[in-house]
Amino acid sequence: MSESSSGGDLRDGVVEVTLTINGRACKLAAEPRMTLLDALREELLLTGTKKGCDRGECGACTVHIEGRRALSCMTLAAMQDGKRITTIEGLQRDDMLHPLQAAFIEHDGFQCGFCTSGQIMSGVAMIDEAKAGWPSAATVDVAKPFTLSDLSNAEIRERMSGNLCRCACYPNIVDAIANAVGRS
Amino acid sequence: MHPFSLSRTDDIAKAIAAHAMDGQVAFIAGGTDLLGLMKDRAALPERLLDINGLPDLARIEALPNGGLRIGALARMSEVAADMEVRRRFPVIAESLLFAASGQLRNMASIGGNLMQRTRCAYFRDDDAPPCNKRRPGSGCSARHGLNRNHAIFGWSDACVATNPSDVAVAFAALDAIVHVRGLAGDRSISFVDFHRLPDSTPERDNVLGRGDLVVAVEVPARVEGCASHYLKVRDRESYEFALVSVAAAVAVDGKHIRSARLAVGGVAHKPWRLAAAESALRGVPLDEAVTLSAAIAQSFADAGPLAHNGFKVELAKRAALRALQIAGARK
Repeated sequence: MSESSSGGDLRDGVVEVTLTINGRACKLAAEPRMTLLDALREELLLTGTKKGCDRGECGACTVHIEGRRALSCMTLAAMQDGKRITTIEGLQRDDMLHPLQAAFIEHDGFQCGFCTSGQIMSGVAMIDEAKAGWPSAATVDVAKPFTLSDLSNAEIRERMSGNLCRCACYPNIVDAIANAVGRS
Repeated sequence: MHPFSLSRTDDIAKAIAAHAMDGQVAFIAGGTDLLGLMKDRAALPERLLDINGLPDLARIEALPNGGLRIGALARMSEVAADMEVRRRFPVIAESLLFAASGQLRNMASIGGNLMQRTRCAYFRDDDAPPCNKRRPGSGCSARHGLNRNHAIFGWSDACVATNPSDVAVAFAALDAIVHVRGLAGDRSISFVDFHRLPDSTPERDNVLGRGDLVVAVEVPARVEGCASHYLKVRDRESYEFALVSVAAAVAVDGKHIRSARLAVGGVAHKPWRLAAAESALRGVPLDEAVTLSAAIAQSFADAGPLAHNGFKVELAKRAALRALQIAGARK
């Protein structure tokens, strides 16, 4: 079995992993089977990222890996060695909430709050995807370039369908995102 | 999850050799299906080999002849966002966008998408009821159990599961080619031959063996490519597997169909191509729904629905008609 020297080498069933989390290099020793989610919560005590289903079905564990939204429950910490990770704890700048965090408060985009960090991490990256011209299943003609002005509420709902909210705050979540798009 | 080791490599020959020599090695790329299987104890590999570092496998190339070559490590979201994919084969972009969620599409690779295993609830159940796919010889719980989501074509008494991939349906309709590298070198597999029917060995989803790695999917230029559409029917409007889905692509002369390509998902152990319908559709005007329906029905004469999924026959016929008409309107 081949192993490269670029990291992730197996040693006594434990892997040395270095992750850049919210701009800071973090080293940890993890068993290969540790998910990125468990590494964040249990090893690094960044408990803002939530464990909902642990099966890639609810979106509560959404983080950004190299700037893209991803489910931290469905990847191994050791597979992300050397990668840049952003969690909800890293979203604010200069003690100011991220505009989407502020919009969730303004629009009452949550009740119990359990899904909220995943919703916000997903929403922030989703706005970037729309800005980059990515289409969605709600896009009528994918062969045409997509622009931010095409980001209707139906588009937002479709693009956010990977984040479940059992309090059903969906209308307010959509409003918060639509408002944040206008502001950014 | 059970304990396992993890290593990575940037050498494709070593990766293939490791997989060929050791039956306990599993390749991992996005991991979105494999880790789910491991959490459900439906896959228990002792050694994972992370192939994300293999060079040159993530490229999406628009070929000069009008085709595409999609590297196996390209992510679903990247392929769906690619402007040339969207212009040349809307059906491919749409099939990807109708699958999974934004987060999962950023993670899941095209190669892994083709390798994903069935969503049959008996197969995924961590209490492990009889399932020939999970434990060969143990029986099929779905054959006489709850089989609303299961196959209406090509099933056997050993297995009635369906293949869950959306993009595979588009690739099948377009007669894509799967490029595979193995111990003996490179080979090309025509897409419709890549996945298999269950027969008496449902534990094998496709024709790959140990040491085989999907390296790319090639989509040849097709006259029907631009006027194509993916229609997915499901219990929820988003973030759900298909009850039935249709990939349709059509070339039109005036208002008459010159050639049509149709494949159906959610109905068999592999994407199900509607060959008889494709022949019968030639020359039919796109606005004659009754004639189109009759042509499509020819591919359903041999449908064999199970106790709880009889509705899929009519649903698939109607979905095929609608997909064909939407595709045709894109000419």
